Amino acid sequence: MHAIVCIKSVPGTTEVRINPETNTLMRSEVESIINPFDTYAIEEALRLKEAHGGTVTVITMGPPQAEKELREAVSMGCDEAILLSDPQFAGADTWATAYTLAKAIAKIGTYDLILCGKQAIDGDTGQVGPGIANQLHIPQLTYVFKIRAIDFNARSIEVERLVEEGREILRTRLPALLTVVKDINQPRYPTLRGIRIARKMTIPIWGPADLPGVERRYLGLDGSPTKVIKVFSPPKREGKVEMIRAETVEAAVDILSDKILAEKVI
Amino acid sequence: MALLIIDQDACTGCGACVEVCPFAALSLVEGLAVVNDNCTACGACVPECPVGALSLPEKEEKVSDLSAYQGVWVWVEQFHGRAASISWEMMGQGRILADQLGTALTACVLGYGVGKVAEEAIAYGADRVFLADDPTLSIYRTEPYARILVDLVREYKPEIFLLGASARGRDLAGSVATLLYTGLTADCTGLEIDPQTRLLRQTRPAFGGNIMAIILTPNHRPQMATVRHRVFEMPKPDPARRGQIVPVRVQLSEEEIATKVIDFIRESEEVNLADARVIVAGGRGVGGPEGFKPLRELAQVLGGALGASRAAVDAGWIPYVHQIGQTGRTVRPDLYIACGISGAIQHRAGMSTSRVIVAINKDPEAPIFDIATYGLVGDLFEIVPALTEQFRKKLAQR
Repeated sequence: MHAIVCIKSVPGTTEVRINPETNTLMRSEVESIINPFDTYAIEEALRLKEAHGGTVTVITMGPPQAEKELREAVSMGCDEAILLSDPQFAGADTWATAYTLAKAIAKIGTYDLILCGKQAIDGDTGQVGPGIANQLHIPQLTYVFKIRAIDFNARSIEVERLVEEGREILRTRLPALLTVVKDINQPRYPTLRGIRIARKMTIPIWGPADLPGVERRYLGLDGSPTKVIKVFSPPKREGKVEMIRAETVEAAVDILSDKILAEKVI
Repeated sequence: MALLIIDQDACTGCGACVEVCPFAALSLVEGLAVVNDNCTACGACVPECPVGALSLPEKEEKVSDLSAYQGVWVWVEQFHGRAASISWEMMGQGRILADQLGTALTACVLGYGVGKVAEEAIAYGADRVFLADDPTLSIYRTEPYARILVDLVREYKPEIFLLGASARGRDLAGSVATLLYTGLTADCTGLEIDPQTRLLRQTRPAFGGNIMAIILTPNHRPQMATVRHRVFEMPKPDPARRGQIVPVRVQLSEEEIATKVIDFIRESEEVNLADARVIVAGGRGVGGPEGFKPLRELAQVLGGALGASRAAVDAGWIPYVHQIGQTGRTVRPDLYIACGISGAIQHRAGMSTSRVIVAINKDPEAPIFDIATYGLVGDLFEIVPALTEQFRKKLAQR
């Protein structure tokens, strides 16, 4: 079994703040973390490895310091790590990111599964997973919250995925790409042994020259169809909260229910 | 490494650029501005430099002829022959955009036995409907749906293509945009036409709603976007509207499609958060699994769904499908009643755009009150049942 997990280094969100004077994001002081959704993808890959044997490769595209997140994945139990980092990759939107990751995965060679988090907590797009699957022309199963069965000999996988109306049970062939939701598992902590291995590991850094068949016009900012033209702080909710005050609970809920009914939302 | 060009001879080290950079990519080192790898070439700093020391690399845009691309398209999501309300919301906004551009609105209806949905699409504003009706399309699957839409786009060349940001919509949009090599902007909360350039200005939140970004797809077509539930008004259908239904020939065989739908487990109404007009949600303050009982009763009386904060889900009091917030679902009901939810930023990211927010909490300092419309400080186990009783009485009188 060979599983490839795609992760993203993101700022630890709770600390993300907007500077009210300049309307900009203050994240210089914020420590980066593995995108929380990606930790579920890592955990699921490690569980498959434990059940079936094999290896787990973790890969990310980002600045050189994203190496820290790769080492953390290794300390959890991933076997190999690859960092895609190059000036030409900078400014990539979801299309160019998926293109670059797909080229790297193609170079890695054979694999049974690609696992991604359902989305990253900074961009929130959920587009890179489907992007990679379509670049590689393999089936995708998104919003997976349970792998029901996997058969590496028959080359098939059966999952439950979350859609608005309920849970869909799908079966497809391997290799496939899965994006997973939080409920799929409880990610483990790094082990001391894992931390030691991670510290010593040499992590290869790949640039465009390392990716066979890569076309530079599809990389980074130049390769990105979308352009961010402005970033701003969201408008504040208008008005202030109206606190309901009354002598008794009965009186308070009488007022509150009248207010809600007057809003004509029921 | 970074994309921004800084003229070091011109830079006076005033720091104006450092202040405005949304990505903390600029800093002052020995009195001069330097840029790091966080730079995304967004350009926010360029006009701020008083001495014009900042620039972005000039690019020769090889613009292919985009004028061949015309019209606004909407994918109409259906499940078991019933159209998703989010799709009609997209049709409403698609109609507005098409009228501004002076072009036609096209609906894409894929399914099996869904002729009725195609007719509905016309009532909801479509001038033309592409109807792909085939057994292989009966239930949504990525491969056949993406293939048909990609073929249609290549043949008929729309300039804008909108999809609902549902699980299926995001799954499909990501595939179609990849195969077409075009820009896709996820989860937009605003879509408007720039009158000068006729480009689609797409506004979307990022960082869990902490910042908003405006995004363009200047040189690729169609300009694709997904939009969340209940961002746009539900239009009123007009059964008298006329439109053209164009059958699409589906040349797919079941053998070609790798993915099979084995089964479906429907969630009860109280979990269908995406469509819910009313949501009653509980957090740490409900204290345990049985604490959700009064909330469930209130939700039932109001015909609403039951939600939960991450704290309640992580404690194991209620399943994950109920979770609202950054790591759960994003909702925007007409009425959101938050019970015993403190209102952490991650929770607010998933519900702050609800129309009316009612906060019930013991702690008068809870941040949930900052975004609430109405607030009530007190014990939810006294308040919620009493409120349920009030509604039961008052709704019966209407």
